[in-house]
Amino acid sequence: MSVCISPSEARLARRLIELCQAGLPLVEDPWAWIGSSLGCGAEDALALLRRLQEAGIIRRIATVPNHYRLGYRHNGMTVWDVEDEALARLGPQVGALPFVSHCYRRPRREGWPYNLFAMIHARSASELEPQRARIRALLEPALQAEDMLISSHILKKTGLRLPHPGENRC
Amino acid sequence: MPSHEAHPEFPPGASEREARLDAMDRRILNRLQRGLPLVRYPWEALGAELGLDPDHIRARLADWLANGTLTRFGPMFDIEPLGGAFTLAAMSVPEDRFDTVAGLLREMPEVAHNYRREHFWNMWFVLACESPGHLDRTLAAIEAATRLTVLNLPKDETYHVGLHLPL
Repeated sequence: MSVCISPSEARLARRLIELCQAGLPLVEDPWAWIGSSLGCGAEDALALLRRLQEAGIIRRIATVPNHYRLGYRHNGMTVWDVEDEALARLGPQVGALPFVSHCYRRPRREGWPYNLFAMIHARSASELEPQRARIRALLEPALQAEDMLISSHILKKTGLRLPHPGENRC
Repeated sequence: MPSHEAHPEFPPGASEREARLDAMDRRILNRLQRGLPLVRYPWEALGAELGLDPDHIRARLADWLANGTLTRFGPMFDIEPLGGAFTLAAMSVPEDRFDTVAGLLREMPEVAHNYRREHFWNMWFVLACESPGHLDRTLAAIEAATRLTVLNLPKDETYHVGLHLPL
């Protein structure tokens, strides 16, 4: 899936992450803004962004909503113990459900039997159970156990920060 | 009472009130969750697509960032292709030590998110590190500092990433 990028592009990507970790300014010509910071023109900056998107380093250039302000006040981390042979087929089907924001296969551990994680979001607590039931219906034939963990408190939310003390950030 | 029981789940510093949005606002927000087009003049392209003045779109975004409706606008990075390493991890923290352990993780730059969840495994956090070695050292440091077992759950496969809240 990933496209290889050159070492010089990897260095530019790191500079771009540092430049944009607080966000992209809402200027008329954002690629020119990036270019002026990286020492290139707008066209080159855009070409770099496209290559980084192809390589999977940039997912997209988008808004991150505050769920709460947009009315989505309830989320649940649903976890499922699914037969290994069925997971490659069923995992993508769960991920494609519109209310699932993140869906991953993760390893089972001692005291933790679940190998599929799907994060769900809803406007009311009463919507979470029907969403969970839809996932259950998809997984049913291969399902061995399940649980849902409701988050009650955000203890920290800073997102990606590269630990590079002393470097400039815009 | 421990302080974490005094607060509802809520991003620190953000306003709790639900934003007032009109139909045009919803169109802008729905569209921008999918991303700015990577074309030479993205705001013009977006304006043409939505039938709106590009300056108006940018002005609305600035409002939403200022009032906390949006937490960020910009490139969403995945550092794994650059050699970085992420994991989801959990601990079962005794209640009388919960705030102390949460405070310890808050001070660590490698901890990107940390949530309390109502479960035997009651503390769930994401580590974002420079390299797999750095990740292993960070996990070991957390176990040593807390004397608790860390459940390390790195992703084996991604089936979907992308929060899209229909508005």
